[in-house]
Amino acid sequence: MAMIPEELVYSSEHEWVSGDLGEGDEVSVGITEHAADALGDIVYVEGPSLGDTVVAGEVCGELESTKAVSELYSPVSGTVTAVNEKLVAAPESINADAYGAWIFKVELSASADDLLSSEAYGELTA
Amino acid sequence: MSLHSPLHDEHVALGATLVDFAGWSMPVRYSGDIAEHNAVRTSAGLFDLSHMGEISVRGADAVDFLEYAVVGRMGAVGLGRAKYTMICATDGGVIDDLVVYRRDWDHFVIVANASNKDTVLAALIERADGFDVDLDDESASIALIAVQGPASEGIVTAMTARDADNIAALPYYAATHVVLTGDIHAFVARTGYTGEDGFELFVSADEAPDVWRLAIATGGDAIIPCGLSSRDTLRLEAGMPLYGQELSRDTTPFDAGLGRVVVFGSEAKPRGTFVGRDALEAARDAAPTRVLVGLVGEGRRSPRTGYPVVDADGTEVGIVTSGAPSPTLGKPIGMAYVPPALADPGTIVGIDVRGRREEMTVAALPLYRRT
Repeated sequence: MAMIPEELVYSSEHEWVSGDLGEGDEVSVGITEHAADALGDIVYVEGPSLGDTVVAGEVCGELESTKAVSELYSPVSGTVTAVNEKLVAAPESINADAYGAWIFKVELSASADDLLSSEAYGELTA
Repeated sequence: MSLHSPLHDEHVALGATLVDFAGWSMPVRYSGDIAEHNAVRTSAGLFDLSHMGEISVRGADAVDFLEYAVVGRMGAVGLGRAKYTMICATDGGVIDDLVVYRRDWDHFVIVANASNKDTVLAALIERADGFDVDLDDESASIALIAVQGPASEGIVTAMTARDADNIAALPYYAATHVVLTGDIHAFVARTGYTGEDGFELFVSADEAPDVWRLAIATGGDAIIPCGLSSRDTLRLEAGMPLYGQELSRDTTPFDAGLGRVVVFGSEAKPRGTFVGRDALEAARDAAPTRVLVGLVGEGRRSPRTGYPVVDADGTEVGIVTSGAPSPTLGKPIGMAYVPPALADPGTIVGIDVRGRREEMTVAALPLYRRT
């Protein structure tokens, strides 16, 4: 059973979001353990670039494993303030620790109110 | 409700990620795709292939029937030998690719892909009209367990209780009946789908969990259980076709570069008719319109099944049938159908990877060959 930390919120596209969710707040975004397990060994991560505008529910990158390719959706809207460069050389760190391996950070242009609690996300993936 | 392998409880206990595959709930991975792939290349991997179909052909006309029903010359297969062959439709299209094992002078076992087993069985029954043969679908009572990799000979030898020397002496594509530790009878074949030395053990479904645990206990650190994901990257590196990707009802064996499996006979060794013969003769003699090639990329993006192969103008000229980041080669690889003009090794072709052009170099198959 994949872990779903209570302190995070989630999208139905299997991203997690950490941080305060008001307009102007900065959040970190990654993919859930459930998503990482489904993909298998991740060998390539392409997230958005620094300064990009991302829109909640829209594709902003991709993840590639030996088994499959998966699109990366942004769970929030805003401006990208950081990208995790370590994932270029070590994409497997997502498999090792999905909730430790943030992919990008966003300064929110609107409050993110419609994300799922850990409980709701758990029901979605049960 | 998906079908469960006789080893289902073992997979659950090992923490496997299970997926639906051709109606079966099967392990896609246990620990990780790349670790499982590398174990087979460097030591040994253990696979549950119980979803595969086993169809037994018995009777006085078994040879004549198979000579008519499949494209290979089954009469020439020696006792205890195996042959890779195909069953084709009248129009030459591939219904399935098969491995046929000769168990006795009048007894063969056909191993078919899980997704095609019912279709193959129906085609065989139709073709058996007028032949003295009995066809039995033994898929439910037979479990198939593969031990693959350079350490497999030692492991299977150590699993064998009587006449263990027969394992090492077994040539490639040969099979023998052995008794494993625990008085378990197995039909052991030196066959596989990984590009490594390896064995496939046909055992009764009832005894499959004992054989599975025996393989893990005997192999120790030298063996790990492997799922369908690593099986796919292993066979892809080894240039082995997968039905539904490289092979289909719309491809002939010649399209896939496997025309050698079709035996038309010669004056010295004539062969009678078989289903698809006329269409396959025409396919052999026609100029090919497409060629199955290997692809190797230098970038990070891999070709994937269904991606278009494009020319310099971006016009679609072919299609990727399989692709993945190759764990052994460390770069993206694939197989694709391309026009003959683009099929020479070294040719640069474009692949439309989700709207972006990636360049790949055409390479001869297989892309990996064990040394």
